[in-house]
Order: sequence, then C-alpha cells, then structure tokens
Amino acid sequence: MPSRFCVRGKQPRPIHILAALLMLLLILSSTPGYAIPAFARKYGLPCSACHEAWPKLNSFGQNFKDQGYQLNNDRDSPIWMNPSYWPVAMRITPHWHYESLGRQLVDSGDGQVEQTVKTSGFDLTGIDILTAGTLAKNVSFLLVPSIDAGSGTIGFESANVRLDNIKGSPWLNFKFGKYELDTPLTEKRIMTLSNNGGFYQLWHYAPSGDINDFTVGENQLGVEMMGHSLDDHTRYAASLISSTNGNLGLPGGRSYDGYLHLSQAFMAGKLGLQRVGVYGVTGLRPTYFLTQDGVPIPGTGRGNKSFYRLGAYGNLYIGKFDLTGVYQHASDNVFLANATPANGELPEGAQGATWNIGTFEGHYVYSPKHFILGRYELVRNSRQPLSSLPSDFGNVDVFTAGYRFYPFINSRAGFAWHIEFSTLNMVKTADSGADQRSNSFFTGFDFAF
Amino acid sequence: MMTIRTTCLCILLIAMATSIALAQGSGISSGYPTPRNGFSASEQVGHGIYLRYCVLCHGVYGDGNGDTAQFIDPKPRDFTIATFKCRSTPTGTLPLDTDLINTLVRGVETTNMPSWRPLSDENRHDLIAYIKTFSERWKTEKSGEPIKIPAEPPVDIASIRRGHDLFQKVECWKCHGQQGHGDGPSASTLTDSKDQPIRPYNFAAAGNDARFKCGVTNEDLYRIFMTGLDGTPMPSFADVIQPNDAWDLVHYLRTLQVNRRGEENRVLKAAGGPAALKSAGDKQSANHPPAAPGEIKSPGGAN
Repeated sequence: MPSRFCVRGKQPRPIHILAALLMLLLILSSTPGYAIPAFARKYGLPCSACHEAWPKLNSFGQNFKDQGYQLNNDRDSPIWMNPSYWPVAMRITPHWHYESLGRQLVDSGDGQVEQTVKTSGFDLTGIDILTAGTLAKNVSFLLVPSIDAGSGTIGFESANVRLDNIKGSPWLNFKFGKYELDTPLTEKRIMTLSNNGGFYQLWHYAPSGDINDFTVGENQLGVEMMGHSLDDHTRYAASLISSTNGNLGLPGGRSYDGYLHLSQAFMAGKLGLQRVGVYGVTGLRPTYFLTQDGVPIPGTGRGNKSFYRLGAYGNLYIGKFDLTGVYQHASDNVFLANATPANGELPEGAQGATWNIGTFEGHYVYSPKHFILGRYELVRNSRQPLSSLPSDFGNVDVFTAGYRFYPFINSRAGFAWHIEFSTLNMVKTADSGADQRSNSFFTGFDFAF
Repeated sequence: MMTIRTTCLCILLIAMATSIALAQGSGISSGYPTPRNGFSASEQVGHGIYLRYCVLCHGVYGDGNGDTAQFIDPKPRDFTIATFKCRSTPTGTLPLDTDLINTLVRGVETTNMPSWRPLSDENRHDLIAYIKTFSERWKTEKSGEPIKIPAEPPVDIASIRRGHDLFQKVECWKCHGQQGHGDGPSASTLTDSKDQPIRPYNFAAAGNDARFKCGVTNEDLYRIFMTGLDGTPMPSFADVIQPNDAWDLVHYLRTLQVNRRGEENRVLKAAGGPAALKSAGDKQSANHPPAAPGEIKSPGGAN
C-alpha cells in the first residue's frame, strides 16, 4: 500500500491542510479566557487582587480558584450576598487584525500556484458569558455558555460543580462536569489573542494526518480530584475524563483518558515564588467504528490505540519578571498517526509519531496597569508518521509579543488596550515543499464587566 | 514602501516603547500617586502591593474610605489612627509587626478582610512597613509589650463552672447574650470608634471550624478578652480578671459554641450538660440556661 503522503511526493493532502485549518478555526472560535468581575463585585476586591493582569492569575487568585472560588471566610456562602447580586460576567474584545498566510495554493490560469494571502479588518472575538461562584459554602460551580461568533450556535464551554474542602481539608476537592484540565499554562487565561498567538501549540499540535482528536487545551468531560496545601505551594490534580475531547455524547471508543499534574512551589527570598511541576495524560482512541449500511454507529468505536503526553515545567519569578518554560514529549500510536484502522494494513514506512514541544513565556508586569509578554514556541517532530517524510516536516516555530494597558482597575469591570504580533513558521508544509509562514497583528479593546 | 506587516511591527514596537517610557515616569505603580519622598525601599515595595490588593477598601490615604468601603460592613480599618483589633499587646498600645502579619495571614473573620496567606513573607513585611506610614503614631510610640499568657490548665467541669460565673460577673451576656448568640440587651446599641453599628460575636453560630476575629485557638480567645479589640466596644478585661481565671472563661465560652466538637463540650456533656452549670447557683443561668447542642436560634451575623 503506497504511502498516503507519496501521492503528491512528500506533501500532505489538501484534506490535511483543511483539517488543520478547521482545527485552527475551532480553536479561534473558542472564547478567549476567564476574567470574572463577578468575583470582584462579590468580595469588593480589585481585579488586581487575583490577577497579575487579568486574565492571568497571581498566587492569591490561584489560591482563590483552588479553594473553589472562595476566600475561605464567612463571606463565601451566597447567603451573604445582596439578593440582587447575580454572579455573571461577560467579556469580549472588539479588535482590528491583520493576517497573512504564506504559500497558499490558489487557482490561476496555469493551474494552481502558491502565493501569500493577506487580509485585514475589524472583528470581534467570541463572547465569554461567565457564571461562577458558590452554591453554598464549599460547593462551587462554573458555567460558561459559549456562542459561536460565526454560526451563533450555543454550547457549553464549561459546566461543572465542585465539592470543596471535603472533611475540612484543602487536599480533597472533587470537580464534576466539563472543565479545563489543570495545566501549567492555561488557555482560558491566555494573555494573547491573535490568530497565531491565541492558543498554545503545546496543547493543540498534532502531526499532519493524525486522527487522534485529543487536545489538552480543550475543556474535558469528567471528574477531577484536586488538592493543595493551604498556601498553594503543593498542588495535585488528577482527572478521569471521557474520551470525547470534551464533546457531548457517549465516548466513541468506550474508554477513559487519565490526566495527572503535580507541582511544588517554594519561596526564593525577594525573587518571589518559584514553581516546578510535571504532568501527563494518556488514553485510547478508536481507529474504526461498526457500521450500519456503511455509516459508522456512534459509540461503537473499536481498535483502540494509545497516546500519551508527558511534560515538565518551571515557573520562575524574578520580581516583576516571570518566565515559564514547559517541555512536553508526545506520542501517538502508529495507527492513530497514520489514520489507519487497527484491523487494516498500515502504509509502507508507517511508524508511531513522536514529537517534542518547548514553550517559553515571559511576562514583565511593571504594575497592574502595564503588562508585557513575549513567547516562543517550538515543535520538533522526533519521529514522523511515515519514515519517508523529511525529519523536520511539520516542525513549527511561533514567536509572539504583546502589550496590555489597563487604564483603570476597580471591583466592577475590567478594560484593557491590547496590542500583539505573532509569527508562525511551519517547515516544508507548502505544496512546493517550502516553509509556510503566517503573521498575525492584533489590536483592540478587551473589556469585561 | 513599507508593507502592512512592517507597519504593524512598527506600530507594536512604538506602542510598547511609548508605554514603557510613560510607565517609567509614573512612579513605582504607574497611574497611582507617586510615593512621597523619604520612603524606604521596603515601604516603596509595600506601596505597590497596597495599591494592588488593599487600596479599593482601605483607600489611597489609608483612611478606610476606599471605593468599595461604602458597600462593606463592617467598614475597612482606618490606618491613619493606628488602632488595631488583633494584638498581643495591651489595650491602647500599638501592636507588634507580627500581630499585623498574623492578621494578614489569617484574615478577619466576619468581615470582608480575606486571608492573604498566598503573599510571600517579604511582601507582607513590605506591606506592613507601608501601612505604618499612614499614622504618625508609629514614629512617636513604640509597640506595647506582649501580654503574658500562663499555661492552659486542664479542662474540667469546675473550670467551666467558674468561667460561667465569671461570664455573669463581668456581664459578658449584656452584649453576647446568655446563650452567646450575640443578642444581649446592649447588642443593638453598640457602635465602633467611628460610630458605625457593630454586632457582638455570635458564639453559637460557629461551626466545628469555629474562628474568631483574631484567631482560632483557646490561646487566641484568651488574648482577645485580655487585650480587648481596640476600636470596638469589646474592652480589655486584663484589669478585671486574674490571668489564671481567664482560662476558666475561655473554657466556658467554648461551651457556647454548641456545634463545635471540643474538649469543653465533651466535659460539659459528661457532667450532665448545661444543667450542670445551674449548681453554680447563678440566677441568670437558671433563667437563661445555655443552649443545648443544636438549639441555635439565629444563624448569621456576628462581630
């Protein structure tokens, strides 16, 4: 059986590019992040109490979240709230952005040629509708309905209930429903919003043609057991999640994914809080389904094959500067990587795909009003799905820089001017075998109330 | 001719450079009043921390008149008068730095003041250094000497009975009520030093994780009524109650926390429950027996 990639030499099929674009579109249509002024209103604290610069949490905000959106005092229970209080916040970002996509295939009189596609215009991000808080002392919730900016379709990005401080211990908390995995770098509070920089390669990259739909960055359906020390220096989170990548409905592969995150922080004098941690996720995905009249029957996935992601990270603070470095090794079974049913024949040269991702993100928080960010992401494929592919095929480099200015900070609303540039290079993915580069420039007003 | 990409890059760089330049000229925490001259390095850092976490309640001038103060009950502390509730020092004196740091770590129960445990020790010290710049008292007075707390004697029914008698004698019930519900005859008339209404602590509403404004342990409770809560109607009883007798009062007050599983409630139950206290012969007690477990009249507010 010929290699899938050998049809047009070493290049991926257009369907793969289309799939990648659809994935990108899916990522971009998701809501940008959590910053919940409803909490600030409830407790009378400024945004800056919980956020270094919203939506990025500081250690106090992380502790607040880990305690189940509670300050752990007698004001946590909703019984203390004015009856008119409604725990809802909204966030959206009207913006102008410029995009360029290099070496795109376009039709011309002589067939297809490669050219850079450029465009710009005014736009909106998806809207965040964030409802969160406590149902009672030590019973918290988060509900985030999401509205697709294009189709208007309504879904639920998050919907979970959390039992906090079980038996009075911060070491035992259970979350149930749809939620974001406890990751070292959260996309729900990502400080970048552009098409290239608005998500982490770390959580979404997959080799071309891989049918494994799991992404760490998508909110997942399941149950999380989480615990932490009182000062949050020691944390753990373990999740058992459906193998649907957060999509509703029964799992296709009749299996569960498991996720574990451990971290330890320590104070380093005046430098501030330093944290190191490890995480890992593993699971199975079906490679084919039972069919009825040739149509796959939902929930009948067969031929499960495995995948895993393992990572380690460090979060270093030097006063107002902080740097997070994450290394992740990823692996997908050969059947997943080559989109081949487990009862089918693998293409010649097929092999399990492995790749490594490095992410380095630095922030300089001059004050709660001025936030500067730089990020470099690199993806290096260490084993291609097909041995015939160039060893660096599909490698990715992304550099993102941005600045946010918060003219005022209070307990009622948040407002920021956001400006960002991001450039992404994918190695040898153009039809001609050349690299493809895309650039995003984004500026807009990010507000939450 | 510049491409759109180059133009965007230029705009980004110019915007960042301009903003950083502006930020450099606007003090340690741009956008807020620049710290006054003469601040130490620690106070400067504390100023930035204060503006990040505290200013909205306690106000730019530390007078407790921040933007959200109007919505908060009880009102935020006024640092300009340097009067603090939670101290290890005698009433009327300035607290130790460790007292203020303990308050930051613990938070203040029944108020909007949360626990700032996630802050680093350095940050808390810097914050305290800055807070002390709001009042001249810190320059003219020294902190008081911490009160001495004798070792706690064993909990027994005799100690609880003596505490009960003391409760009647020094008239704690006038504010806190006979059953510790915070509903004594004077409760509705109480105001703090800034004439704001204030409610007495409701012992009975506390659960098993009972916390007081200034701590959680028996020693904390001892300290509270021997130092008083300055700025509130809760006086110091250091001149009225002998140090060892104060432990009896602690043991009795713990029995008012009827939902708390503690040694005091266990001893009282073993001795026959609240009826065991009647033998002390106190008429008040006979007329208003302490609440039995589960007999909470009114949940909620306490101070």
